[in-house]
Amino acid sequence: MLRREVSTTDEFVKGLWRENPVFVQVLGMCPALAVSNTAINALTMGLATTFVLLMSGCSVSLLRNFIPREARIVSFICIIASFVTAVDYLIQAISLELSRSLGAFIALIVVNCLILGRAEAFASKNAPGRAAIDALGMGAGFTAALLTIGMVREILGSGTLFGLAVLPEAFQTWTVMVLPSGGFFAMAMWLLLVNRLKEREAEAEKRPQEAAS
Amino acid sequence: MSSASHWSVFVNAALINNFVLAYFLGICPFFGVSAKLETATRMGGAVSFVMLVASVCAYLLNLLLEAIDAPYLRIISYILVISSTVQLVEMLMRKLSPATFRAMGIYLPLITTNCAILGLALFQTNRGYGFTQAVSYALGAGAGFALALVLMAGVREKLDLANVPDLAKGTAAALVVAGILSMSFMGFAGLGR
Repeated sequence: MLRREVSTTDEFVKGLWRENPVFVQVLGMCPALAVSNTAINALTMGLATTFVLLMSGCSVSLLRNFIPREARIVSFICIIASFVTAVDYLIQAISLELSRSLGAFIALIVVNCLILGRAEAFASKNAPGRAAIDALGMGAGFTAALLTIGMVREILGSGTLFGLAVLPEAFQTWTVMVLPSGGFFAMAMWLLLVNRLKEREAEAEKRPQEAAS
Repeated sequence: MSSASHWSVFVNAALINNFVLAYFLGICPFFGVSAKLETATRMGGAVSFVMLVASVCAYLLNLLLEAIDAPYLRIISYILVISSTVQLVEMLMRKLSPATFRAMGIYLPLITTNCAILGLALFQTNRGYGFTQAVSYALGAGAGFALALVLMAGVREKLDLANVPDLAKGTAAALVVAGILSMSFMGFAGLGR
């Protein structure tokens, strides 16, 4: 980041693709694999994480001049844990069924390295507005990644998408995709695809330079 | 209180619902330090030990929180207790056994951010385990974590010598290996009830 002025769109978009938390930085893998067995679980988890990211990013950014350096990690964790508790109760209030299927994984957002990572690396050094945009971008990237894994697993594993049947009756469902090992396989497939796309992007950037020289 | 026997709690945590391969807890250190067999063994030992301490602390803390009727403080107090326990263990070890402390190195402080520890504390509370059950749960979870880590490290040392396409090198190949390991652990499901 050499330029001082990074446009707000850039700040937002980097979370979606260039610095995607799951596929590129490989942060927050535990929830990405654990609750992506159906698309609806993945979406809820993504939104909950985005909310915590946004709120803790803003709070950390507002308090950044008051928190002593030595106690910063503990303070960040306290801030994050308070918002996670709020989200936990909120989801229980909205849908008890959803809360039960996600189980302790909502509470485990506290130890998602993505949130502490953004608080430490970005929010504690930037103004609240900028921190909020960064948090939204990262949250959107995380949600998108979770949703893509979740959709693949749900379609192949149970032949449905968001609970609606999308594949014909005759389709033999791949039970393995709903089971834990399916999470590893689906994630590996997406990583391969992302790696391939990145490679092509790099090749495309190299070609015009060669032509010019 | 749950009525499961200690042995079944142990086997359940270690094999059937292995923390890494069935619950995806502690994936970061699982991929991070599983490149070498030796560091993997050490990390497994350290995590098992912290799990045991954290489990006992969480049990006592839950009694206190229930006594003052404040379940909404659970997450925040658990995470604070866990991070201070890790600090305490670190200081104690440096004082009592400098050799072990040096051998552990960076891995000790890293344990704080391991979601397997907080997950263990929350699961044991949700299931209403008694004190001795909580201890066997922690022992089982620690053993399961160490086992998964050591198995993974063994495979990855061999994988280094294998001919893997450039595109799949690194995380993608490790993920596929983990998936296959997880599939084989599904076979243990028959052990339970």
